[in-house]
Amino acid sequence: MIKLQLPISEAAIRELKMGDEVLISGLMVTARDAAHKYIHENWPDWLKPIMENSMIYHCGPVVKKHEDGSWSFVAAGPTTSIREEPYEAAVMEYYKVRAVIGKGGMGEKTLAGLAKSGGVYLHAIGGLAASLAKSVVKVKAVYMLEELGVPEAFWHIEVKDFPAVVTMDSHGGSLHKSIKAHSDEVAKKLIFG
Amino acid sequence: MFQYDERKLKDQLLELIRLAATDLPKDVVESIQAAYTDEPEGSAAKSVFGMILKNIELARAESTPICQDTGTNIYLVYIPEGVGMRKLTALIKEATAEAVDKSYLRPNAVDSLTGKNSGNNIGEGQPSIHFEEWDNDFIEIKLMLKGGGCENVSTQYKLPDVGLGAGRDLDGVYKVIVDAVNQAQGLGCAPGILGIGIGGDRAASHLGAKTQLFRKMTDTNSNPDLAVLETKLKRDLNKLGVGPMGFGGNTTVMGVKMGSMHRLPASFFVSISYMCWAYRRHSMTLNINGEVSYD
Repeated sequence: MIKLQLPISEAAIRELKMGDEVLISGLMVTARDAAHKYIHENWPDWLKPIMENSMIYHCGPVVKKHEDGSWSFVAAGPTTSIREEPYEAAVMEYYKVRAVIGKGGMGEKTLAGLAKSGGVYLHAIGGLAASLAKSVVKVKAVYMLEELGVPEAFWHIEVKDFPAVVTMDSHGGSLHKSIKAHSDEVAKKLIFG
Repeated sequence: MFQYDERKLKDQLLELIRLAATDLPKDVVESIQAAYTDEPEGSAAKSVFGMILKNIELARAESTPICQDTGTNIYLVYIPEGVGMRKLTALIKEATAEAVDKSYLRPNAVDSLTGKNSGNNIGEGQPSIHFEEWDNDFIEIKLMLKGGGCENVSTQYKLPDVGLGAGRDLDGVYKVIVDAVNQAQGLGCAPGILGIGIGGDRAASHLGAKTQLFRKMTDTNSNPDLAVLETKLKRDLNKLGVGPMGFGGNTTVMGVKMGSMHRLPASFFVSISYMCWAYRRHSMTLNINGEVSYD
């Protein structure tokens, strides 16, 4: 297990290799479909200090609002990342984001972007919502809650020992590509004999 | 005439939702435990299954959702003659909104035109409720929570499929299912459970596929040909090596459940409803004495 503390440098991220298991601590931000569309249309400055040398978590949480107005995460597993494929490489480069955390992996455009701007794709376990919510120790702030709704808002969160696996690195390595290449071969045999 | 206490039933429905969101059924947990046992020590797959099993325990102990995507809430409601559907629908919606307040469900209903989240998980077509009248003198309500990740990899084929060499027979059905699971990789939160609908029009075919997912993991198909095909598909699909979350491993699917219906001479649809490992379904029965039991 490799411990990663946020903010993190480009050099430290470039040391990570496909297959590394990591535990992440520090401040990161959630962003999913509507948030990526919003970023791509507006490129807001207010996200710069939140995202620089930090990570984006593809997650739409179940939250609880307390009487004092503060929030906590009740369930917070990853959502499918490939839907952000059109945007992610550009978002990571513009804001100097060092990793995205999600599930299912991403495509060629993001893989090339990781190599170019210095980033990795971190795979969290889908459906691990109760456990991963425990890793979110604090909700620091929420942005655009009214406009985007609970699942789609930007949640600025502090995590401690959040577990994930590097499945795409900054050297062109992608676990998703190698698993797919193998299963394509097996499927071909099963279908065509 | 079957009568029930509305206030009590609303609370009983809330309990059904809580169970579905937080407590994975026994037959599913046993399948995941078997998958864990089947992976070699030190593998990523074993580590993933271990974390999954811990998460299931934690969610049950703390009564919090197993997965934050509490999905489309799909209800199959079986009612004796004379029980009103509108009143039951209203009670289900009331229980749904309360379940959001209690953080058992995420507000998951988004207006497709404006993008606005309704905030209480209720909207046009949400929750998804299907009624059927039956001869029994009790009400049975089955609920499944089906998340977006697995719904997005669910698909429908039209036979013949030239590219796959799939004709209009069970061999053709087999081929398109292999293709669908290979295309899905880990994206539907593998290992999956497949509900298969053969025949029907496009809509009936998809609903037929989903309905198969209400069967127990351990049951056997009453049609002997489909029973054989279910076993064969499970064995062969696990050769794909996709494994949990697509990390590679021995278990890519935990079960295949197939059903068929009549079709038009011109149409031959095969619908594949992919369910994630967080296979959340429970049911309740309410008898004429007001006694409720959950499964």
